[in-house]
Amino acid sequence: MEIPYIVDARPDTGLHNCKLGIWLFLASEVMLFGALFSTYIILRTGAVEWPFGELNVWLGMANTFILIGSSVTMVMAWASLKLNDFGKHRLYLIGTFVLAGIFLVNKYFEYADHVTRGELPSHSTFLAVYYTMTGLHGLHIVGGMVVMAYLLGPGAKMWKTRPDQFSNRIEATGLYWHFVDLVWIFLFPVLYLL
Amino acid sequence: MDKVATSGAAAHGHAHEHTHEHHELGFWRKYVFSQDHKVIGIQYAVTGLVFLFFGFTLMMIMRWSMAYPIRPIPLIGSLLGQTRAPGGIMLPEFYNQLGAMHGTIMVFLGVVPLAVGGFGNFVVPLQIGAPDMAFPKLNMASYWVYFLGGVTMFVSFFVPGGAAMSGWTSYAPLSVIAQPGQLGQTLWLVGMVFLITSSLLGSVNFIVTIVQLRAKGLSWMRLPFFVWAQLVTAFLLLLAFPPLEAAGVLQLMDRVAGTSFFMPSGLVVGNVPVQVSGGGNPLMWQHLFWFLAHPEVYVLVLPAMGIVGEIIANNTRKPLWGYRTLVYAVAFLGFMSFIVWAHHMFMTGMGTTISAFFQTTTMIISIPSVIILTALLLSLWGASIRFTTPMLFALAFLPMFAIGGLTGLPLGLAPSDIPLHDTYYVIGHFHYVVAPGTIFALFAGIYYWFPKATGRKMNDVLGAIHFWGSFVCINIVFMPMFIQGLAGMNRRMYDGGLLYANNQGLPLQLNVVIGMAVWTLSLFQIPFIINFFASMKWGKKVSDNPWDATTLEWSAPSPPGHGNFLTEPVVYRGPYEYSVPGAAKDFSPQFEPERA
Repeated sequence: MEIPYIVDARPDTGLHNCKLGIWLFLASEVMLFGALFSTYIILRTGAVEWPFGELNVWLGMANTFILIGSSVTMVMAWASLKLNDFGKHRLYLIGTFVLAGIFLVNKYFEYADHVTRGELPSHSTFLAVYYTMTGLHGLHIVGGMVVMAYLLGPGAKMWKTRPDQFSNRIEATGLYWHFVDLVWIFLFPVLYLL
Repeated sequence: MDKVATSGAAAHGHAHEHTHEHHELGFWRKYVFSQDHKVIGIQYAVTGLVFLFFGFTLMMIMRWSMAYPIRPIPLIGSLLGQTRAPGGIMLPEFYNQLGAMHGTIMVFLGVVPLAVGGFGNFVVPLQIGAPDMAFPKLNMASYWVYFLGGVTMFVSFFVPGGAAMSGWTSYAPLSVIAQPGQLGQTLWLVGMVFLITSSLLGSVNFIVTIVQLRAKGLSWMRLPFFVWAQLVTAFLLLLAFPPLEAAGVLQLMDRVAGTSFFMPSGLVVGNVPVQVSGGGNPLMWQHLFWFLAHPEVYVLVLPAMGIVGEIIANNTRKPLWGYRTLVYAVAFLGFMSFIVWAHHMFMTGMGTTISAFFQTTTMIISIPSVIILTALLLSLWGASIRFTTPMLFALAFLPMFAIGGLTGLPLGLAPSDIPLHDTYYVIGHFHYVVAPGTIFALFAGIYYWFPKATGRKMNDVLGAIHFWGSFVCINIVFMPMFIQGLAGMNRRMYDGGLLYANNQGLPLQLNVVIGMAVWTLSLFQIPFIINFFASMKWGKKVSDNPWDATTLEWSAPSPPGHGNFLTEPVVYRGPYEYSVPGAAKDFSPQFEPERA
C-alpha cells in the first residue's frame, strides 16, 4: 500500500494531504504571531510613554509594496504551472525570490541605521518589540527563500515526473508566502504608523 | 530494536507478501533515520521511557534531601561533585535544578513523547487502516528535533552553573535574572523551542493522517476512541504550543539581548536596582506559559483516556458505554481547555471579574472529564472482566484519575485555592492525574500493544508484580502530600520545610514515609524493565489478534511489515462490537464482513 491522496483530493474532504497540512501549519503560525501581537498590545497599553516616529516610514512602505508585489508574482508562478508554462513559472518564481531578497536588503539597512545610532533591543520596550517581531518575520522570509531556492534548484526536477505534485508544492509554498506577506501588512502599520 | 524486527519477521514469514515491491534499506535508514511510523513510534516510546526513568531518578535524589536534610546522600552523593553536593550533602541550588528539570523532563520529554509520539505514531495509522503517516519525512524530522531538544536539556546539567533552576514554569523575572551570564536557563529555552517545533511537526502530521488516510468505510463515528483522543490532542498541541514558543523567544531576548519584555521598571534584587530599560510585564509570561500549560494537562490525559477506553472495551467484552457521548465530551474538553488557563494565577491579584470567569470555565471543564470517567466506569457494569495485565493498569487508572480530578476542584475555586496554592496539596493533586493516572495508562498501553509491535506477549507474573507493587507504593507517595499540603507545607523546599513551625511532627515525618515509598517504587520498576527486554526475545509467541480485539490494528501481521496491511483494509462496522447477540463469537472485528 502507498500513502493515498498525495496528489489527488480525497473525495469526502475535498483536500489533498499537503494542502490540509499547510493550512494547519498556518493556523499554528497565527497562534505564534497572535501571541506576539498580544504581548505588544499589553506592553503598549501598560507603558507610560511610547516613542513615535523612530522608524523610517518610507523604507517600511517600500518593503510593504515589495512584499505585496512578491505575493502577486507567487500567484503567477502557480498559475503558469496550471497553464502548463514551465518557463514562465520559473521566471515568476525567480521574481518572487529576488523581491524577497530586496526586502531583506532594505531590512538590513534599517537595522544597520539603528545599530549605528546605538538603538539596540535593550534600549527600550518599543525597540525590543520592533527587533523581535520584525526579526521573527525576517526569519520566515528566509525560510520561504530556502524553500523557493529548493523548488528552483533540485526540487524542480519533479515537474518532469510528477507535475501535479509539483504544482501542489508551489501552491503550498504560495499559501505560506501570502501568510508571511499578511503578517508584514499587520506589522507595518502597528510598528511604523501607530 | 533490530531484535524485535528480526524475531518478528521470523514469526511472520507471510509479512513479505506485499502487494508492491519491497525496498531493502540499510541499517541506518531502517532503524535510525527511519521514516516508518512504527519504527519512529518505538524510537519515541523508548526515548520517552528512558527520560521518564531519568526524571524519576532526579526525584529519588531530591527525596533524600527532603527526608534526611543536611545529611550526605548515600551511594551517589560523592559522585555529584563539589558544585552540586559538597561532601555528599545537597546544595539548595542543585535541589532547585533537579526540581525544575524533573518537571520539564517528565512532562515534555517523558510523558508527551511516549503518549503522543510513541502510542500515537505506532497505533493511529494502524487503527485507521493507513499504510503510514501522511508525511513520513516530517515524522522522522519530528523525532530527531525532539531528540535534539532532549540532548539540549540533558547537556544543561553539565554547563557551568548547572541546569535551569527557576521551576518547570520558569516564571519571570526570576528566570531572567537567575544564573546571570550562565547558560542553564538559556539552554532550557533553546531546548523548549526544539520540543515545540517537534510537536508542531507531529501534530500537523497526526491531524492530516486522521482526516485524510482513514480506510474505506471508516466513518468518523466508527473511529476507535483512542484515535479521537489523539485527534483532539493534536489540535491542542498545534494551537496551544506556539504562544509558549513566542514566550520562549521573548524570554531568550530578555536573557541574551537584554530586553525587558518580562522585566518591570524599578526592579530591585538584593538591594541593587536591576539595570534594564524596564516597562515589561512579568505576568505576561505567566499568561503565555499557562495558555500552553493548561491544554498541556489534557495533552497528558487524553491519550491516556483513549488507551484506557480501548483496553476496557476489549477486556469487558462489551461495547464502550456511551461511545458518542465520549466523543463529544473529548471534543468539548479540548475546546474548553483553551479558556481555563488563568485558574493557575489566582494569586496574582487579578480582579474578581476575571477570576469569576476562569472559575466558571474551570467548573464547566470538569463536566466532560466526569462524563468520560463515568462512561468508562459504567462500561464495567455487568461485564465478566478479564483481569489481564493491561486491564489491571487500566482499571487502576479510573480511581487514580478520579482522585486527581476531584482534588483539583478546590484548586479551581479562588477562595480555596489561595490557602492551598504552592503547597504539597497541589503537588499531590496533579501527580495523581499524571503519575498513577496517565503513566499507569501508558503502562497499560505498553502491555496491550507489545504483542503487535513484537509478535510476543509480555510475562503476566512479572506484570502483576509490577502492577501491585507500583500501585501500593505510588499511593503511599502521593496520598500523604494532601495531608502535608493542608498543613501548609510549601513546595520547593530543599530541606522539606524543616524550619517551619507548621511542618513539625506529622508533616515532616511523612517526608520519610514518602521517601521510603519512592525508593521502593523504583525497585518495582525492575520487573517491568526485565519483562520489557526479555519478552522481546523469549516472550510467548502469539497470533495477530491475541486479545480477540475488534479494531483494525489487529488485522495486520505482528509486527506489521512496511506498508502495514497485507490487503487494503475495509471497515464494516463500529469499533467496539463485542458480544453481539446472535454472532458466532464474542467479538465482531471492524475488518470482517457480515456473513450471510
